[in-house]
Amino acid sequence: MGSITLEKVSKSFGTTNVIPEIDLEIADGEFVVFVGPSGCGKSTLLRIIAGLEDATAGTIRIDGADATREAPAKRGLSMVFQSYALYPHMSVYGNIAFPLKMAGQEKPAIDKKVRDAARVLNLTDYLDRKPRQLSGGQRQRVAIGRAIVRQPKAFLFDEPLSNLDAALRVNMRLEISELHHQLKTTMVYVTHDQVEAMTMADKIVVLNAGRIEQVGSPLDLYRNPKNLFVAGFIGSPKMNLITGAAAAKENATTIGVRPEHIGLSKREGPWQGTVTVVEHLGADTFVHADVDGVGPVTARAPGEFAVKHSERVFLTPEAEKIYRFGENGDAL
Amino acid sequence: MATLQTRSAARLMMTPAVLMLFVWMIVPLAMTLYFSLLRYNLLMPGMEEWAGTLNYRYFLTDPAFGAALLNTLLLVGGVLLITLVGGTLLALLLDQPFFGQGIVRLLVIAPFFVMPTVSALVWKNMLMHPVYGIFAWIARLFGLQPVDWLSSLPLFSVTMIVAWQWLPFATLILLTALQSLDEEQKEAAEMDGAGPVSRFIHIVLPHLARAMTVVVLIETIFLLSVFAEILVTTNGGPGTESTNITYLVYAQALLQFDVGGASAGGIVAVILANIVAIFLIRLIGKNLEA
Amino acid sequence: MARAISTRRKLTFTAIGWLVGFVIFFPILWTVLTSFKTEGEAIASPPHFLFFDWTLQSYYEVQSRSNYFKHMMNSVVISFGSTFIGLLVAIPAAWAMAFSPTKRTKDIMMWMLSTKMLPPVGVLVPIYLLFRDWGLLDTRLGLVIVLTMINLPIIVWMLYTYFKEIPGEILEASRMDGASLAKEIVYVLTPMAVPGIASTLLLNIILAWNEAFWTLNLSAASAAPLTAFIASYSSPEGLFWAKLSAASTLAIAPILILGWFSQRQLVRGLTFGAVK
Ligand SMILES: Nc1ncnc2c1ncn2[C@@H]1O[C@H](COP(=O)(O)OP(=O)(O)O)[C@@H](O)[C@H]1O
Ligand SMILES: [Mg+2]
Repeated sequence: MGSITLEKVSKSFGTTNVIPEIDLEIADGEFVVFVGPSGCGKSTLLRIIAGLEDATAGTIRIDGADATREAPAKRGLSMVFQSYALYPHMSVYGNIAFPLKMAGQEKPAIDKKVRDAARVLNLTDYLDRKPRQLSGGQRQRVAIGRAIVRQPKAFLFDEPLSNLDAALRVNMRLEISELHHQLKTTMVYVTHDQVEAMTMADKIVVLNAGRIEQVGSPLDLYRNPKNLFVAGFIGSPKMNLITGAAAAKENATTIGVRPEHIGLSKREGPWQGTVTVVEHLGADTFVHADVDGVGPVTARAPGEFAVKHSERVFLTPEAEKIYRFGENGDAL
Repeated sequence: MATLQTRSAARLMMTPAVLMLFVWMIVPLAMTLYFSLLRYNLLMPGMEEWAGTLNYRYFLTDPAFGAALLNTLLLVGGVLLITLVGGTLLALLLDQPFFGQGIVRLLVIAPFFVMPTVSALVWKNMLMHPVYGIFAWIARLFGLQPVDWLSSLPLFSVTMIVAWQWLPFATLILLTALQSLDEEQKEAAEMDGAGPVSRFIHIVLPHLARAMTVVVLIETIFLLSVFAEILVTTNGGPGTESTNITYLVYAQALLQFDVGGASAGGIVAVILANIVAIFLIRLIGKNLEA
Repeated sequence: MARAISTRRKLTFTAIGWLVGFVIFFPILWTVLTSFKTEGEAIASPPHFLFFDWTLQSYYEVQSRSNYFKHMMNSVVISFGSTFIGLLVAIPAAWAMAFSPTKRTKDIMMWMLSTKMLPPVGVLVPIYLLFRDWGLLDTRLGLVIVLTMINLPIIVWMLYTYFKEIPGEILEASRMDGASLAKEIVYVLTPMAVPGIASTLLLNIILAWNEAFWTLNLSAASAAPLTAFIASYSSPEGLFWAKLSAASTLAIAPILILGWFSQRQLVRGLTFGAVK
């Protein structure tokens, strides 16, 4: 069991208000990702759920019970920190066993659980090592191991992958998703990386300056962004946001069209532009062009598309994939 | 980490230390201030009376005060000069790779751990004694007339002793700073064609500036209060030639039993130290933010 | 930095280095050597450097004539006592300021530092009079109190800079793992802080052992630690160099060894963390 409910939760540090007032439902077993730019209050929100910060106002319910004033240890949640926060003076075994020891469990029971967790996380050979003798990915797994042994109601992750190199990040992403499928425990995961959010989440919560901009499944956010912020944040490369005459033609202040929804041609199309940069990725080609009367636009062509800097190209935005936004930034 | 529970626990844990220091600082200081406004001599008990600023006028116009102030400045300035220049040279030396570097380093810092009374007496007797001292022996080796250091050059002698004690401090701090200098910065300067001298002037010295400031300020705090070295070597004399403010106040209080006058002197010393302290606190405070 | 250093250069610096080291260390070396001489040989001219009749006589006399051991115990009690009390008070304070800082923490830290800058003569008179009235003059208790107070700011500051280096996230992790405040301090904080606490202890014992303003002014015969005991050799008629040297060697040897072990911490402690 592990449902979490935030009711009118807000947070101020002194006089600066970092989270205005938030309501949020996290269902049992769900993988929820908080995503937003750096400094938007993701960590603060996660730490309020953990009990490491007091909420200035509002109520936090865990499994329906009011946990607002409960100490972190009593909430039955586990957290994986960005820096891993392993105990440097304890072995891997000691680190994973620590929460069980604090819970006063018997030695044999602890031993079994630690070894099971180590097996799942491929740490069996490293149990006697100290954290400083491990690689980044291994440390990460120890931190996860420490979190799973106590079978918490929910896991909290604060940017757990941001200290890993790119290749390892992809691996760990898969491992964490895999873990979620195995354990079926609620997970709340904070990241500033929308790719992580899109690939892992059941439900994404997009935050901006402490406010929730939109909540929904990854594809829901991709297909129906509620406003300019979400439209610009979700999807890579970023959605082209175009103002001026081209937008006015669609009766909107701003129109948005994703790079993958723009057809590229050397011969014909409604938009005509000069290529500024071409990025050949093999599977895709990203073409950045300066379109006459529209401005800079990025288009994504599947496979290879032979074009060079300063050549002329034609672009065709798919009509039904054009998003329209009003003056206040909300989708029309 | 900022929940209500942790915060109130924190306040409770700080209380004893803060309270103790507060009492230690405020109560005696207030008493000193009060005594400084009294005519109060331990030899004439029961004769205390209000004196206003009389003690201050006495203390400040006493020729001994002028001499002591000058001596204090000369002592502090002399020791600072010797330890800064010597410390920089020693730090540069100890930063070079050579055989037995670690041991030499231990030898160089050793004087700092010698208690002031020991170093003062060892210097006074076994080094500076006009007949049996090592310096006298060296002078005679070169056919020179030995110097009676403590009677003819009392302040200079005390300065030497104190400088010997503080040289390791300056060396150690400057060496630490030197070793924290980014190798790549020096290599970049070398690639840019800077020779050893200009590398020292343009890269090393600016890097040491901060550490030097720290040395100056902290040594000053301690050097303003040099006491034992004077007490066991010259007793402030001959005359007042090696009396500093600290020693003058001590003499006034515990040799002449003039509580009022000594208290006025103490307040003057506090004010002098505060002038330095303000700079030091600024510097360290800035560091606290970084 | 993997460039070959020419052997000649290295040898040159070896010679200069050892010469300078020898000169600076000479007064200490000379004291140690003299302590093994007879009084006559101690003032021999020209001085005898190594070829003399080594004897432990001065060491025996220092003990039998002036009860050296008593003064050493005074030094031990005063320096260890003041250090332990200081740590007892300072550890919780430093913990609070490092891990639960408030708006005023910085001001409190700076204020503590400023008390260290109060010149001792500023409070000599009242402390002396209060101690006289309370019967604390020339007592170990009195000196323990004074030395605790004058070194407390340094202890708090040193511990603070060490605690600051312990990442707060680790303590939070232990809280999430179910540790109570007490368990957090016992299982997580203390093991990580032990090296810092040990260095603080070491430096503070050194400082207290060598303190020579209050110990000279507030002690006479019975509570006099080594600083004050050795000062009694300053009288002109007391020109017993071999005995002075023996007493001095005994007084500085233990602290010199401690000091050699703690040279790094010394920098940090005495600069209040401004240089590490
Ligand atoms: N202890 C604190 N005191 C004051 N301001 C804070 C504190 N912690 C965070 N903040 C501020 O709150 C905002 C949100 O921080 P955070 O939750 O860490 O953002 P994120 O994790 O999304 O990058 C930031 O502007 C940050 O400066
Ligand atoms: Mg964050």
